[in-house]
Amino acid sequence: MSMFDGLKYRRVFSPIHNLDPRVKFTYACIIFIVAILFWEFIPLLVLFVIQVPFVILARVRREWLRSMKGAAFLASVIFTVNFAVSFINSGYMITFVALEYALAMTFRFLVLVESFSIFFLTTSPDHLGLALEQTRVPYEFCFAFTTAVRFVPVLAEEAQTIMDAQKARGLELEKGNFLRRIRNYIPILIPLIVSAIRRSLELAEAMESRAWGVSKKRTNLYELKLHGSDYVLLTVTVVLLVAAIYVRLYLPVPRLAEIFDYFAH
Amino acid sequence: MIEVQDLHFTYPSGVEALKGISLKIEDGEFVAIMGENGAGKTTLVKHFNGLLKPTKGRVIVNGIETTKVSVATLARKVGFVFQNPDHQLFAETVEEEISFALRNFGFSPSVIEKRVTWALNLLGLMQYRKTSPFMLSGGERKRVALASVLAWDPEILILDEPTIGQDYQQKENLRQFIMQLRTQGKTVLVVTHDVEFVAECNPRVLLMRGGKLIADGAARKVLTDPEILAQSSIVPPQITQLFIELSSLGFPSDIIDLYEARETLLKAFGAAAK
Repeated sequence: MSMFDGLKYRRVFSPIHNLDPRVKFTYACIIFIVAILFWEFIPLLVLFVIQVPFVILARVRREWLRSMKGAAFLASVIFTVNFAVSFINSGYMITFVALEYALAMTFRFLVLVESFSIFFLTTSPDHLGLALEQTRVPYEFCFAFTTAVRFVPVLAEEAQTIMDAQKARGLELEKGNFLRRIRNYIPILIPLIVSAIRRSLELAEAMESRAWGVSKKRTNLYELKLHGSDYVLLTVTVVLLVAAIYVRLYLPVPRLAEIFDYFAH
Repeated sequence: MIEVQDLHFTYPSGVEALKGISLKIEDGEFVAIMGENGAGKTTLVKHFNGLLKPTKGRVIVNGIETTKVSVATLARKVGFVFQNPDHQLFAETVEEEISFALRNFGFSPSVIEKRVTWALNLLGLMQYRKTSPFMLSGGERKRVALASVLAWDPEILILDEPTIGQDYQQKENLRQFIMQLRTQGKTVLVVTHDVEFVAECNPRVLLMRGGKLIADGAARKVLTDPEILAQSSIVPPQITQLFIELSSLGFPSDIIDLYEARETLLKAFGAAAK
């Protein structure tokens, strides 16, 4: 749960929160692309570090740290697996190449989590829906999307209550073999699904009684508009992408082994 | 017996829901836990069957500290009926729903059969034995949930908001039913906002506010004290309101029982007629 906690939006006022969601999404995607361009450790570390000011500027350090902590387990798995594979491939020798590759893969994952966690932490679901709408996605889909996002915490809370209610009737989730354990979840899943369906029907009725879908052409109270800071971020992002491609194609990227050699001599 | 010693509880989110509660509930007592929304009522009772464990302090149920045993072990002694029946109903028939807990506790098939029949009869659900619980009305679903807990005959019964969505007849049935349980020596705890219901049952009342216990005493005393009630946004029962208004004429203001109210009034009128 803790990793998802680090993706949950919190209402804070900061320059990052005020940015246009579309620009922020572009930023997250481009960071992702740049991360894939490199398989050396140094540029990925740089990519990881240059995002830290964003986190501090957005005042979501605590939540961000939590998502990083949540990602730590998966990151260590990625490191171990990559390191083990190259360790075996290189004939059971610990080499800089193996270490660098494993570290790079780990940081590629961390950069990905970091950029998307910044995106989700600083973008309200409403803004997300608005952004979808203004990129001409049909309104029904936008609405379904924002509603789904909106109901995730509600459902999580409900699942907890159901679990409590069944435990109070003597259900022991951790009892029995593997198959039995899966079956133990039936008394939790059925009420959860039934109540989710009930709730969606009720929601549909409530929406219809409030005249949902009457006007074909909708207008919004808030219009998303690109401001100065949005253009700044957009420019920075594009420059980053171009620079990354240039470095990839024409410049040598320092490797861990080379740096170590340099200092050794 | 339930013993609570300086109980503190903080949710993982950082909300401190209980701030030092100490109390004792004897066997066979009937207790209503009242207080405004978010006072910590449900949080408190969830400690009694071990669903929540104290952050600080101790909860001892029948001599066993709740941190030492599993929820399933405690649940055998402490039955907990949740507010919303839809959070627990999942089986294909009412019969299976009621036998779920019995199977969890390892009763033998013949005993399960007997207990299910007993519970169905007790709550007037016999005709729905083979019906899907999802086909029943709200009030009936609530009774199925109650039956599914009563079936294993717990010594302590906790009811979270049992009167919500029930008509007057059903409330009256519930009241009769609780009284019946009391004659069997069961401990009954009710979490509720329903002042009139509490006034009619006349139990011991625990009044909570902001995670603390602000009053503990007979309903007659707690529900007629305007000062305490105002603190926890509770309006006194209608009959008490009437007698508080009449207290300037020399009537007693601590009346919650309709029968007693009638006697008092008749006596006063009788005296006036003479």
